[in-house]
Amino acid sequence: MPREVAELVVAAQGGDREAFDELVRTTYADTYTLALRLTGNEEDARDVVQEAYLRAFRGLRRFRGDARFSTWMYRITANCAATHLGKRTKHRHEVLEDSDPIPDERPSSDPQAQSDASELRARLTAALQTLPPKLRHVVVLRDIYDLPHEAIAAELGISETAAKVRLHRARKKLREDLFPPRVEEAADAV
Amino acid sequence: MRCDDLSETLAAAADGTTLLGRAERRHVERCLRCQAEMVQYRKVLRAMRAMRTEVLEPAPGVLADILANLEAAGERRAIRSMISGHKAAYLGGLAAATAAGAAGAIVFATRARKLRAAS
Repeated sequence: MPREVAELVVAAQGGDREAFDELVRTTYADTYTLALRLTGNEEDARDVVQEAYLRAFRGLRRFRGDARFSTWMYRITANCAATHLGKRTKHRHEVLEDSDPIPDERPSSDPQAQSDASELRARLTAALQTLPPKLRHVVVLRDIYDLPHEAIAAELGISETAAKVRLHRARKKLREDLFPPRVEEAADAV
Repeated sequence: MRCDDLSETLAAAADGTTLLGRAERRHVERCLRCQAEMVQYRKVLRAMRAMRTEVLEPAPGVLADILANLEAAGERRAIRSMISGHKAAYLGGLAAATAAGAAGAIVFATRARKLRAAS
């Protein structure tokens, strides 16, 4: 844990409100990034990040410091995002899937274009948004934020087996979105 | 061995959490489709890991909203603890008055008994 954050945590645990505010200022962009990746839109991300810091504030005394503060915040944010999206009766991605499919602008036979990391990342970001939230949560927390299966399962309220199954489905879907079979391959498969 | 049976293992192998068994390895070495799939999984995972260091620009006002929300929660907590403090003082006073009353009654009853015995 960077010393500055560690010191702020200790001060905030001792009841220093200013220290907690400073902790928020130092970490909120990172927390917001995760919230945005999990929820897929700014409005939900804003709600999730507010709730996450509120929970962190209330539970700060329980933070033992054996993990990084950022990891602790990721877990709280993941939990808040799951709760927040669970309350929704209709998910935004369903609308997006119907009306706004990701355009496949990749020249299918150009390997150079495929190896362009920044282009791949841009398409990956778009593909993540089309995943159902349940799959997106798991793959974002595991493959971007490197949380262990156990922690992901605990924060999302599912079993580890379910987390692993969702991770596999999400990865498969992402791979298929980013590398769709070429026309002749698809024809061969039929 | 069919390619579809290997799909899940390939993703886990690409991420380094699983090692391919001998039969699986032999299949992948001869199967262009599985090799391509493995390469694609690696690319996806590498791109995902690269996103870890990327911080997205928060929408304007997010920080102010978080701090205001915390401030409001802090005030609510202070009011709640003040109310519960008042409640505790009230209940404490009530308990003390009850105890004093009971003690007075006991003293009164004891004295009356002693007077009756003396007369």
